[in-house]
Amino acid sequence: MSMTTDLSHTAAGPSAGKSSRKHGRANTSGTEAQSPRRRSRQRRERIFQWLFLVPAVVYMALFFGYPVAKNVVMSFQDYTTSTFFTGEAPWVGLANYATVLSSSLFSTSLLNTALFTLGSILGQFVIGLALAIFFQRKFPLNGILRSLLLLPWLLPLIVSSAVWRWILDKDSGALNRFLGALGIIDTGIPWLTSTSLALIAVVGVNIWIGIPFNLTILYGGLQEIPDELYEAGSLDGATGWRAFRHITWPMLRPVVSVVLVLGVVYTLKVLDIILGLTNGGPANSTQTIATQSYALSFNEFKFGEGAALGNVLVIISLVFAVLYLRASRRAVDE
Amino acid sequence: MKSAHRTARPLSLAVAALVGLPLFISGCGAAGNSASSTEPVKEISVVDYYNNEPDKSFIGDALTACGTKAGVTIKRETVPGKSLISKVLQQSSSKTLPDVLMLDNPDLQQIAATGALAPLADFKISTDDFAPGVLSAGTYKDKVYGLAPTVNTIALFYNKDILAKAGVTPPTTWDELKSAAAKLTSGDQYGLAFNANPTYEGTWQFLPVMWSNGGDEKKIDTKETEQALQLWTDLVKNGSVSSSALNWTQADVKDQFMAGKAAMMVNGPWQIPSLDKQPALQYGVVKIPVREAGQTSVAPLGGEVWTVPQTGNKTRQAKAAEVVACLNSDENQLAMAKVRNTIPSKTTLAETFASENPKLATFTELIKTARARTGQLGEEWPGQATKIYTAIQTALTGNASPADALKQAQGQ
Repeated sequence: MSMTTDLSHTAAGPSAGKSSRKHGRANTSGTEAQSPRRRSRQRRERIFQWLFLVPAVVYMALFFGYPVAKNVVMSFQDYTTSTFFTGEAPWVGLANYATVLSSSLFSTSLLNTALFTLGSILGQFVIGLALAIFFQRKFPLNGILRSLLLLPWLLPLIVSSAVWRWILDKDSGALNRFLGALGIIDTGIPWLTSTSLALIAVVGVNIWIGIPFNLTILYGGLQEIPDELYEAGSLDGATGWRAFRHITWPMLRPVVSVVLVLGVVYTLKVLDIILGLTNGGPANSTQTIATQSYALSFNEFKFGEGAALGNVLVIISLVFAVLYLRASRRAVDE
Repeated sequence: MKSAHRTARPLSLAVAALVGLPLFISGCGAAGNSASSTEPVKEISVVDYYNNEPDKSFIGDALTACGTKAGVTIKRETVPGKSLISKVLQQSSSKTLPDVLMLDNPDLQQIAATGALAPLADFKISTDDFAPGVLSAGTYKDKVYGLAPTVNTIALFYNKDILAKAGVTPPTTWDELKSAAAKLTSGDQYGLAFNANPTYEGTWQFLPVMWSNGGDEKKIDTKETEQALQLWTDLVKNGSVSSSALNWTQADVKDQFMAGKAAMMVNGPWQIPSLDKQPALQYGVVKIPVREAGQTSVAPLGGEVWTVPQTGNKTRQAKAAEVVACLNSDENQLAMAKVRNTIPSKTTLAETFASENPKLATFTELIKTARARTGQLGEEWPGQATKIYTAIQTALTGNASPADALKQAQGQ
């Protein structure tokens, strides 16, 4: 959305200038002597227009363009620790991609990334939406409760993961103690150390972290829906589920698409929570493309392979970003 | 039009400043080392990762004393352990390496291979009497690049009260270890705690059993390593070790031991200050058991080495080398080892040290035969260490038998 408005602004800028210039020329076209002056003023105006763009362009090039370009270049090089000292990084073509994609770990990481993203988004969105609808009602302490729900979002991720690591511990973790006290379980459940449970546990923690984001944005979206629609709907017998199905959901759809696409892009690249909880273990059962790329670069010092895997992740995110842009453009066209 | 002129100048200035800024910043960064080499050196920069007390002060005091002796002041920067390597890489690409650099010993070869370090022989620093493991950790391609004043390793800690109550003596062989651990496991209490997490720490804790049994870190799918992994797997499968070991750090292991939830643990002497804070806890330290009586317990060598980076200024490097030599002097080794619960690197100091510090006697004994993680592997260590912990995790979770887990990991 912001992209399209930005474009329209810059598009409007020069054309507006042009038309005003045309007017100016029409008014003063009688005096021949002034025309070179006019032209130089036009040129200056043009330069100014470009100069106003410079800060944004420089910023983008420096902080977005350079890292991305560097990462792409790195992925085609044998980039090691020595490269930092000598500056030498031999060109290896697609060798890094071949190594990374043919590794037996790649399919595991890809599957884990997909399950992690899907599970997290589904959980965060459904719970977030349910809570947003719940908080639409007026009841005492509504505001306080809603702001308390933001807490997970405010905590540094490394802190939340340390706390959850303690909660989910098999022997002395709070969760197992609680379940044990209720008589639900006899022995501790190895939440983080069983290959079949670890991914579920990590997804659960990520859902907990993502709920505030979904809740906040969806709540904002719900507030935008005019009450009259519900009043009119109730006259026609649309209440409860039917009101949600035929009024809330269609009106909320633009917000939903924003929440989902941003959520997917955020979740794909989640690193700190997984590193903090399991470090990709046990036996790679929580290894995602992001953690794998991190480990390659910063634990094994294979910066070229790490960059290649990072680019794979960028491409996957890009697919979702393009889908989002297309969807939002269609919404504008409509 | 006039006004346009007037505004144009600040704007173009601003643009020039914006474009020039990165150049200016990088210029500043490079300025540090451009001093001419004839100027007398007054200050030496040092980077290390002792950013927590009490080590921070112990090392700081030793550095200051050595600086005074060499006639320089010390400008020291301590960074968190995890960010040291990225800091070093960043500094080596911007040519702003410090005059004296501390490195964790398994990283030394990796950094020496880049050409960023100067061989210590260039400065006539003596390497006599250092334990062979310590020297091999500091050596890259036959040249010594770093020396550690004190080192450490891991051994088996046991809770004296719990063992006495159960009538168990500290184990010396794997069979004894298994039966002792099983006997000591009851209710909330596990017989043994170790760390088998998916990091180099998990590999480090496994190396004693693997090496003592003759396992080869270069080729891990051998009978010897398989037997060692079988031991770790059996201990977890029998329930003598909590499966949480798959996610524990060495600090977690220590917490379990201190809480009485583990009767024995694999850990290092750096935990002694924490353990001593709980006076009720009576503990002893023995070597990690070997498969058969008669085998030598081979422990992995830990500790940090001090190096002299190639800063391009010979006079400064010479001063830096004086500081490194001073840190490694006999007096400093003994003093630092005592306060930091580590072991002096020189074998000639071992006997006096062990008799004066009985708590560290077992560790002192182990250092004589301890092996450096990079001794065989060199720069291959990170890759091979990853394979080892992957195999441990695969076997301990029951995803594959120890033999298959090792074969899979070696082939990866």
